[in-house]
Amino acid sequence: MPKKPYRRLSGVLTIALVGVLAAACSSTAKSSSSGGASAAAAGGGSTDSSLTGTVGFIMVGSRSDYGYNEAVYSASQQLAKDDPKVKVITADNIPENNAVTQTMQSMVDNGAKVIFATSYGYFSYAQRFAAAHPSVVIVHQGGYVAGSFTPNFGTYWGQAFEPVSLGGMAAGGTTKTNKLGFVYAFPISQTIANIDAFELGALSVNPAAQTFLVNTSNWCDPLKQKEAASALLSQGVDVLTQHQDCQSTVIQAAKAAGKYVVGYHYDAQSLDPSGWLTGSSWDWTPIYEAITKAGLGGSFAGSKYNANWVGSFADNDNPLTLASFGSSVPSSLRSKITAEEAALKKPGASVFTGPIQCQDGSTLVAAGQTMTYAQINSISCLVKGVVGTLPKS
Amino acid sequence: MNGVEQTLIGGVSGGTAILLPAFGELIGQRAGIINLGAEGAMLAGALGAYAVTQSTGSLWLGIPAGAGAGALVGLAHAWLTVRRGGDQIASGLLLWFLALGGTSVFGTTYVGTTITPLSNLSIPGLSSIPWIGAILFDQDILVYLGYILVVVIWFVFYRTRVGLTLRATGERPEVVAAAGGKPQVVQIIAVVLGAGIGGLGGAQLSIGYVGNWFNNMTSGYGFVAVAVVLFGAWRPIRVMAGAYLFGVVLAAASVLQAHGVSVNQYLLDAMPYLVTLVVLAIFARRGRSDTPEALTRSLSRSG
Repeated sequence: MPKKPYRRLSGVLTIALVGVLAAACSSTAKSSSSGGASAAAAGGGSTDSSLTGTVGFIMVGSRSDYGYNEAVYSASQQLAKDDPKVKVITADNIPENNAVTQTMQSMVDNGAKVIFATSYGYFSYAQRFAAAHPSVVIVHQGGYVAGSFTPNFGTYWGQAFEPVSLGGMAAGGTTKTNKLGFVYAFPISQTIANIDAFELGALSVNPAAQTFLVNTSNWCDPLKQKEAASALLSQGVDVLTQHQDCQSTVIQAAKAAGKYVVGYHYDAQSLDPSGWLTGSSWDWTPIYEAITKAGLGGSFAGSKYNANWVGSFADNDNPLTLASFGSSVPSSLRSKITAEEAALKKPGASVFTGPIQCQDGSTLVAAGQTMTYAQINSISCLVKGVVGTLPKS
Repeated sequence: MNGVEQTLIGGVSGGTAILLPAFGELIGQRAGIINLGAEGAMLAGALGAYAVTQSTGSLWLGIPAGAGAGALVGLAHAWLTVRRGGDQIASGLLLWFLALGGTSVFGTTYVGTTITPLSNLSIPGLSSIPWIGAILFDQDILVYLGYILVVVIWFVFYRTRVGLTLRATGERPEVVAAAGGKPQVVQIIAVVLGAGIGGLGGAQLSIGYVGNWFNNMTSGYGFVAVAVVLFGAWRPIRVMAGAYLFGVVLAAASVLQAHGVSVNQYLLDAMPYLVTLVVLAIFARRGRSDTPEALTRSLSRSG
């Protein structure tokens, strides 16, 4: 006789609970306080400038993804180390839905006074949460507010395309086939600016350099990345770069083919010492510490962080920095790149200085003009020299 | 190397990561058990193979480790569905979820590392056939395993007593039991073996093709494998054709873009799914359906 189905369910439900538990393990808020400081000590009346209080960080992916999210996590840990009285709480693998609101609430319940929402898709949740919780400072990583700010909300980002253009120089100066490959995920404005900056950098040292695009429609799908890299390599591309969350597959593909790679998110020279040219790597610690100081010290409202803060080479505070050079980059090319980096650090300098043409020959930037950050953030055309089309939505 | 050749080479290599779990699923479903945990078996296999390869330096140990890790997921599914009579769909989905969480936790230390993946073994003679040689006979060993499996599965299914018992279990387990067979044992073996082969699909991805590990690196391809079995009408040769077709169209999307061909990328993203679905749907209902009759029923312990 068959048993009652309800009893059979018990086994299944047991597994369900274990499953939920396992998933939770990878997303449980991990606390890393130091020195036993707590939020209660905030009114302790220390007279020096050392910070006291609780700060929260929310990440969309794994804090050990060796990429975007790990850069956030390691900067948060550096903050905890540098300011021992600050209690840092982090939560990773938080999806871009109501879960982020719940996470912010639980961080506030645990005494957080400043919360860093570090994924692009958290934007609207963070903005709404800030409006409902005026006593907590909420900052969003990568967003851009066109209108006005509540006194407790801000966005911050960096001119990512600056180091990317330097990587383009390394690629353009190294290629023997004049064909560069760019594997990207989605045609968002940051990515378009990166693609254009990469090609512009390449063109500055090699007028014949072309950048071929392949999209994967996924921030990390190794199978598609491998297909993309193989397709590019087989048609003559000899330098690969990418805007993906995970970069190991593309690096491994370049290494196996004996070709070159320009990285993104973190310095991965160790994976392929001879094929690695250079890349871009995040260093969020200075801006995290500055915002934490303003937020916990009560000077956030009206400060430059209570706005769209954008770090840049010119202000010497770009959170995305040029990674180390690999052995394949000759010293003459290195000095060209470092000279350009120094030039970009001068006031008024820009990667997007005219004349720049779009693929169709129309003018993107007129001679002598430079684009503003807001303009760069809304580029919709690929520059001349890029081969490929962006998906139209 | 031209674009068409690259598409087919990439299609066979990438398609193998879908073919192996599809074959595994085929064996289980022929015995009457749907395993939506195929994605979980793939993930476990991908991590198991990568972790063992990374720590021992031996790809040859990595391959059986991938199969073993996948088989463990199959064992859990067999226990829940065959022994405990749990719902097949629920159990499969839960095991996928468990494998996703578990591999994310245990795989953390391997993220950001790489290994040199399985090298290609050119088969002497065959690999020098113009065109076809480079596409079919200059691949890694797991690709060749796919060729061997299609023959073995076909032969066992249709030419042996074991295959007859397996298929009978998937159709009328009561008849098998009445004839003195043990349908539950058949199902357990089929599900565990199938998930083990699914684990090899994960191994093809992590140590055969890309040479690294990342959380959720199978990106839903295990579910594609299950769909390929359904639309391949539970027949080994059609399942193989479906898996390779998916791989080829996936590779074509990259090759077209890499050659600067202007096509709508959202359409390109959907193409592997659309083409495989349409082609297999057209052929699926030609002639007799091979849908195992007992697929959606679960057996009580007393048979």
